[in-house]
Amino acid sequence: MVLLLLIVIPLICAGLIVFNPREQAKYIAAGGSLVSVVFGVVALAAFNWSQGGMDQLTFTTPWVPALGLNFDIGADAVSLLLIALTILLGPICVIGSFTAVVENQKTFYAWLLILQSAMVGVFCARDLVLFYICFEFTLIPMYILIAMFGSSNRRKASTKFFLYTFTGSVIALAGFAYVAWQHSVFTGEWSFNMAALGETARALNASQQAWVLLALMAGFAVKVPLFPVHTWLPLAHTEAPTAGSVILAGVLLKLGTYGVYKFALPFAPAAVLDYAPFMAVLAIIGIVYAGLICWVQTDIKKLVAYSSVSHLGFCMLGLFAVNSVGVTGSVLYMISHGFSTGALFLMIGMMYERYHTRSMKEVSGLGSKMPVWSTFMVFFVMASVGLPGLNGFVSEIMCLFGTFQSGPWTGQAGVTPGATFGMLGPVFAAFAGTGMIVAAIYLLYMTGKIVWGPTREPDDHHAHEVLPTDLSAREIGVLLPLAAGCLVFGLYPAPLMKAVEAPVNDTVAYVQSLNTGDTGRVMVWTAAHEDDHGSDHNADHGDTHTDEHAQDEHSEDHSGEGH
Amino acid sequence: MAETLAYLWPEVTLFLATCVVMVVGLSPSAAVRRLCPLICGISLAAAGIFAIGTTPTGPEHTRSLMPSMLPYAKAIIAAVGILLVMLLAGTVDREEEANIEKGRTFDPLRLNSGEFYSFFLFSLTGLMLTASADTLIWLFLALELTSLPTYVMVTISTARSNAREAGVKYFFLGALGAAIFLYGFTLIYGGTGSVHLTEIRHAITTQMAGEGLNPITLAGILLAIIGIGFKIAAVPMHYYTADVYQGAATPVTAMLAFVPKTAGFLALMLVCSTIGWHYGESGAGLPDAVRLLLWVMAVMSMTLGNVLALLQTSMKRMLAYSSIAHSGYMLVGLIAGPGDTFTQSGLSAVLFYLLSYGVMSTGAFAVIASLERNPQRTHTGELAYDEADSIEAIRGLARTKPLLGWSLVICALSLLGFPLTIGFFGKLPLFTAGISAGEIGLVVILGLNSAIAAFYYLRLVAYPLFDEAGDEARAFNLTPMRTRPAVGALGAAGVVLMTVFAGPIARLAHNAVHPDSQGHVADDASNNTDEPVAAK
Repeated sequence: MVLLLLIVIPLICAGLIVFNPREQAKYIAAGGSLVSVVFGVVALAAFNWSQGGMDQLTFTTPWVPALGLNFDIGADAVSLLLIALTILLGPICVIGSFTAVVENQKTFYAWLLILQSAMVGVFCARDLVLFYICFEFTLIPMYILIAMFGSSNRRKASTKFFLYTFTGSVIALAGFAYVAWQHSVFTGEWSFNMAALGETARALNASQQAWVLLALMAGFAVKVPLFPVHTWLPLAHTEAPTAGSVILAGVLLKLGTYGVYKFALPFAPAAVLDYAPFMAVLAIIGIVYAGLICWVQTDIKKLVAYSSVSHLGFCMLGLFAVNSVGVTGSVLYMISHGFSTGALFLMIGMMYERYHTRSMKEVSGLGSKMPVWSTFMVFFVMASVGLPGLNGFVSEIMCLFGTFQSGPWTGQAGVTPGATFGMLGPVFAAFAGTGMIVAAIYLLYMTGKIVWGPTREPDDHHAHEVLPTDLSAREIGVLLPLAAGCLVFGLYPAPLMKAVEAPVNDTVAYVQSLNTGDTGRVMVWTAAHEDDHGSDHNADHGDTHTDEHAQDEHSEDHSGEGH
Repeated sequence: MAETLAYLWPEVTLFLATCVVMVVGLSPSAAVRRLCPLICGISLAAAGIFAIGTTPTGPEHTRSLMPSMLPYAKAIIAAVGILLVMLLAGTVDREEEANIEKGRTFDPLRLNSGEFYSFFLFSLTGLMLTASADTLIWLFLALELTSLPTYVMVTISTARSNAREAGVKYFFLGALGAAIFLYGFTLIYGGTGSVHLTEIRHAITTQMAGEGLNPITLAGILLAIIGIGFKIAAVPMHYYTADVYQGAATPVTAMLAFVPKTAGFLALMLVCSTIGWHYGESGAGLPDAVRLLLWVMAVMSMTLGNVLALLQTSMKRMLAYSSIAHSGYMLVGLIAGPGDTFTQSGLSAVLFYLLSYGVMSTGAFAVIASLERNPQRTHTGELAYDEADSIEAIRGLARTKPLLGWSLVICALSLLGFPLTIGFFGKLPLFTAGISAGEIGLVVILGLNSAIAAFYYLRLVAYPLFDEAGDEARAFNLTPMRTRPAVGALGAAGVVLMTVFAGPIARLAHNAVHPDSQGHVADDASNNTDEPVAAK
């Protein structure tokens, strides 16, 4: 019920905005998003974190029974955390836009709230079609936000964004429909229930699963975005208004990784194993290639946009490592990237409001002009680079660990010391690791110029009518929760890891418990770990383990370790 | 005879109204003449109610192949018909009516409105008769009754000369289409020895069980399908579409997008069910040749329609090509054929889609029809109202005329098949039915085509929302005929509200073609090699 409120409250507020005077729009939006935060806290408190499965805080009502479509929502720990991220970014985006958006305020805030509803809907949908509806519907608000409130090239950016995502997700819909049909063949029931279809999809043979995976990846890879289909992102990010970029980087990209986590892995485990190296190669190309592109950018916003492509590559890599460490790292990365990159876009927006340029050639050396801004900037850049003690480090290193340990899967445990289940391996991790170095180079290079470089301002620069030279109290207030999040998450990630453990293990188990005897590969891993959730083995990575122990270890050993 | 008549009360109602309208339209009193559209609307509402209330249930009373389809089909025809008559109201005789108001003496020879409305009702009568058809002759006459009035309506709808051109083009190509399917019908008669659809199906079943399908019958069926392809504007019989849609006055274009298309699909269902599926049962599919023909028509219509729509700068031409594409989508449902559940039945998907397409395309055309600028004299000295056609006309529409602009945006999103509009719920069962029938390739092509369609539908979203109204857009004013924007708003509201009631509508559509379906019928899982494995 509380999840339903989280969907409905922003919609009601959007309605209120439409029917109230223009001046009140931003206050209604801020109020509505803060009320959502309150209910979000209620949801977090009411949640039982030790359970897996999308069966908490549920609400179900039939919608189109003839299509097997129910309005069916619920949450597991991963989706609830992503919902929490979404509704936390809500007021931050609204309040952060108070001075940036001066025209068409009603349109802006109303669509921002509708977008929030749709995103919450994606994360809590338990029905495939409901998921798809929400997933697609996020396009319209974002399209309007970019096309009406973006910068000079906004029309092209918004159209490209819409067409890329729409094309991909239509194919994903065909994949869903295929699975639903198989389900009806197996059971005689037509349903779009996620759990039921998952069962069916896993029962398909490897080549059928490969098609399902291909269809789903067509939808999700565009959204993530994975290497060859990432080209919409830099444009959309650069042209979007600040709040749009924050939402885009903070949440919308996670719809893709969430989709992979929630659908690709559990629906097509055999195909995931088959194609994991291929996907990993794409992810690594994305990491390195986008990182190199960042290096030569002069537009800061574009730089951060490309860095998202690079960072999300780590996230995909962790997912396709299909072991607990990698997937946990990946899930944490979704949240952590929302904090640090969302904050970076806010920082850039604040700078842009004052200088009306994002070019490093026109603005530099702001350390002396805007010390508070610069402090935050350095802090969030460090979080993004992956400085130990901040959020980026934990998740990024876990993704890499997971990749490193993942396989090579020879069918016999212990052939490679420390190796767990999976198809990737040290080589993948080594290549991906270069991405971290590149990230450090381009981000620090950018910070060096913009904060510590020779002081330079655009020639026609004059003080903003409303905003002070350095950050106002409102802006600091917007940044503080994100900064606190980065710090707490970085210093003490154990509770979060613990929280996502149960659902992540369930997902990983789908892949690991594969009995792929029919494909000629010997399956040695079992899902024996299910019995000992919560125990901490603290086993040594270097040892050679027996099959079941290796499994146990890697589902548990990451929690609580400082790495 | 009486038994047959029991099915035809809606048609009888419409026919009586046709006669009344023809007389009323010639009344010297302007107030009485203005009653015409109202009479049309009331008679349509009555026909819809009769369709639901008086149609006998059960196949034993009729030789129609799909008797249970009649209430649903006629009800949606009546519903969309009411929208159409609101949109058509006042289309013809605007100048003459204005002159009479200014004091010119009333001359019945100068007025067309009576004929115009009665032709409209004639066409809808034909459409309903198509659904009721139980013989080939009836089917032919009904199809022609649907189309013949539209040829005249296109021509007299506006004084612009390209309406004449469109009318002539439409008439000749329509005659060609009719000739082709009539030829097909005669071959079917020659091959099976009967004109009754039920007997034809019986004969074909016997032939197939015996020495195989008579090639003459098969040729007849194929020709019939190609000829009827003219009605639904499917490739290769689509040539007329863009010119005719553009030439006619926009309200008539809206009618062309729904009425002949619906007639064509109802006729195709009847023709295909003589040779393919058993009534209300899945199983025996269409013969390969028929399936191949429909497959090619579907793929070509979708792809050609969408790609050509991309290139248009005229909204009416764009919607014309998109109408071809939508026919292609619906052909996917036809190929999929019947199925046990709504999601598996292509036929219920087609019936559902016809309703959603009727509402959303009428809504979109209504918005375009609501915009006009200074009338100009044609070379014959008549006054022609310059309607919005170029896409420039809708720039900034959501700012200058928010109701119209947003109506267009919503209808365009629905045509695109975007979630939370009825277009999505229309397209989804086409996906699922296609996949259930094993036509995965076709469904992927359908999906890719939806993506191509996004390119041009997005213009109908972006231009009104994001652009400033240019000089050309500012020249267009709201038409004085207030029912037109109302239809646009109704269409947009319907597109959204129908998502709430999609469940009941889907059930009706499914029961219309599967009267015996008892909900979900379990398939035999044993013919599948893979047992579902409970994965951890």
